[in-house]
Amino acid sequence: MSGANLHLLWTAGAFVVMLLVIGFYCILVSRNLIRILIGLEILAKAITLSIIAVGYATKNTALSQALAITVIIIEVFVIAIAAGLVINIYQKHDSLSTENLENLKG
Amino acid sequence: MPFLVVLVLNLVNTPGVRRAATGVGIAWTLVQLTWLLVPQTRFTALDSGILGIDFGSLFAVDGLSLVLLISASLVGLVTLISGLATVPDPKARFSFANLVLLILAGLNGLVMVRDLFSLYVYIEVVAVASFILISLDRDKLALEGAFKYLVLSASASMLMLLSIAAILLVSGSTSFVTVHSILQQVPHRGLVAAAMALFVVAAFIKGGLVPFHGWLPDAYSSAPLSVSVLLAGIVTKTAGVYTAMRIVTSVFGFTPMIRSLVLFIGTVSIIFGALAALNQKDFRRMLAYSSISQMGYIIVALGCGTFYGLAGALFHLFNHAVSKSQLFVNAAAVEQQTGSRDMTKLGGLASRMPVTGGTSVVALLSIAGIPPLAGFWSKLVIIIALWQSGHHNYALIAVVASTITLGYFLLLQRRMFFGKTPPELEGIREARTGLLVPAVLLSAVAIALGIAFPVAINWFVRLPSDILNMVAH
Amino acid sequence: MTWSLDIVLLMALAVTALWAVMATRLIYAALGLAFASIALAVVMFRMGSPYAAVIELSVCAGLITAIFISVISLAKHETVAEIESRMKRRWKKYAPLPLVAAAVGVALSLVAKHPRSMPQPLAETDVRKVFWHMRQADLIGQIIIVLVGAFGIVVLFKSWRKK
Repeated sequence: MSGANLHLLWTAGAFVVMLLVIGFYCILVSRNLIRILIGLEILAKAITLSIIAVGYATKNTALSQALAITVIIIEVFVIAIAAGLVINIYQKHDSLSTENLENLKG
Repeated sequence: MPFLVVLVLNLVNTPGVRRAATGVGIAWTLVQLTWLLVPQTRFTALDSGILGIDFGSLFAVDGLSLVLLISASLVGLVTLISGLATVPDPKARFSFANLVLLILAGLNGLVMVRDLFSLYVYIEVVAVASFILISLDRDKLALEGAFKYLVLSASASMLMLLSIAAILLVSGSTSFVTVHSILQQVPHRGLVAAAMALFVVAAFIKGGLVPFHGWLPDAYSSAPLSVSVLLAGIVTKTAGVYTAMRIVTSVFGFTPMIRSLVLFIGTVSIIFGALAALNQKDFRRMLAYSSISQMGYIIVALGCGTFYGLAGALFHLFNHAVSKSQLFVNAAAVEQQTGSRDMTKLGGLASRMPVTGGTSVVALLSIAGIPPLAGFWSKLVIIIALWQSGHHNYALIAVVASTITLGYFLLLQRRMFFGKTPPELEGIREARTGLLVPAVLLSAVAIALGIAFPVAINWFVRLPSDILNMVAH
Repeated sequence: MTWSLDIVLLMALAVTALWAVMATRLIYAALGLAFASIALAVVMFRMGSPYAAVIELSVCAGLITAIFISVISLAKHETVAEIESRMKRRWKKYAPLPLVAAAVGVALSLVAKHPRSMPQPLAETDVRKVFWHMRQADLIGQIIIVLVGAFGIVVLFKSWRKK
């Protein structure tokens, strides 16, 4: 393992954390349902980056690619279902605001 | 085995087959249940390879998995039967049955895989199917519950994957065995410790433990009736509690940090769940908070780190699956017949709905921990385990919370089922068969396990023994 | 020197992600996401993961962006006045974000430890195809999720009840 590989790993790691912050911030602060999904997608990118970076650093690109691809495919389904939910919510409330999601209390 | 479940979903598109889908599902869960309970057939199916794929290295069944497999089959069976009564539209029922079977396949896979990443894959399978099931009838509140659940669950998955990436970095592999041995050699500082904590936290989010429980009451109370049974009875438990159990016993080992984390969150969940349940007027929401509390018990038992702790946890997990599912079935019956979920408005139902009333008494007593029902024994084991391992104050808290729960449940029971009947509820009748059969079945299990408790305790203590050589560190 | 390009690419990734979060119009946000996917794909390619890069491109930059755009177009369009009033409120909410993100990045780069020793990489690397012999459990899981997705589409997108 060369030192160059590892150094990039830590740099990539910093970016992973940045993306995580961006993603979580987006989910927490946003008032629009679709933007929440965007935040979720950004988190997914952070994770994909982290898996690939780890694979690169340990020279185990085959395994990390397999894992990353699986994650991407699963995320597609999650986002697709989420989009379906959002569309249905929109049809019921005629709005994409998160204020509509305050109905369940307690 | 999950492969077979998938194959069973032969989605032939003729109307005749569509209508039979629920029946097929019920038949399959019965098959799976007997398969698991009869020792001879239990393990043979898993060692053989099918289609050239060597299953033995990917999936394995040990005591922990077995308990969950049985619970999953049982709850699946119950859900499908109750679905007959609560999902009127045949087209919806087709999707319902298929999705329940798919969740069962996912759960089977979840408890049988021997690899961290595969664990994630199957957790997601179950999660996605749950989202869909929750929004089956596309009710406004249901969609809201499903969405919140989705966002929190997906966030937790991300954390889990991040942890897996870190572990991959340190150990070069994701399989349980490899990671476990590597983690023994690597010092648990910094990155490794953070990864382990992260994974456990992610599991707790999915399991609805405090303070990550935000999505749970909403999802449980707004989902369609039968889906709540499935969710409460098995999905949350497996995705959250089983995952935590598995990684702590087989992968991470019982480091002090993990132990205190688990104990703390468990205790907080016990107290918070119990107190919050007292405040509820909606029957299903109350049950949801009670579930949070009971899961706290299971987690606390896990946190003991002892043999008895784990046995108690498993036993309680099973009991809770049985009794909580049953309570949700009862709730479905009540809601369907009276059209209301508000407990303050209900009363004197026992005279009108004797079976529902009787079985709910059994379930409530079991959860609250009254002998000779099964719940009493599992709680007893947990409290003894806590005491024995030196966590005296935790044991005391567990006892106190249990008493509070008991008192409240008894009051509730009295008011809802044995009080006076308000005038508008005069004419209601007993629930439909589809909701009675599961209730009776589950009550029978609770009673039988309770009475035969030496056998039961023996069974639950013997089963985890094969993985507990790792616990005794 | 060879990896300063990577840093540029990673910055592009972060910036496009930031843009996706902060853009006022949803369509721009979706585009930001697509560009972020492209940046990520190039990074992955440079990190020796060509297959993953291709999948990321086709799936994320393609399919998911398509999903987003179709969802966005189903929602009604806001009037210009609404957009402007929303912009002012949002600015206060989102302004801290780039600062926070940059601060985190800088802090981490200062803290980053020197590489520690790691265990030997596994012997069975190299050909990716070899790997699918080890990940069959995941494959089965993916098949199940495809079936689940099919039902999801039926449940969520087909209207069998007249509302």
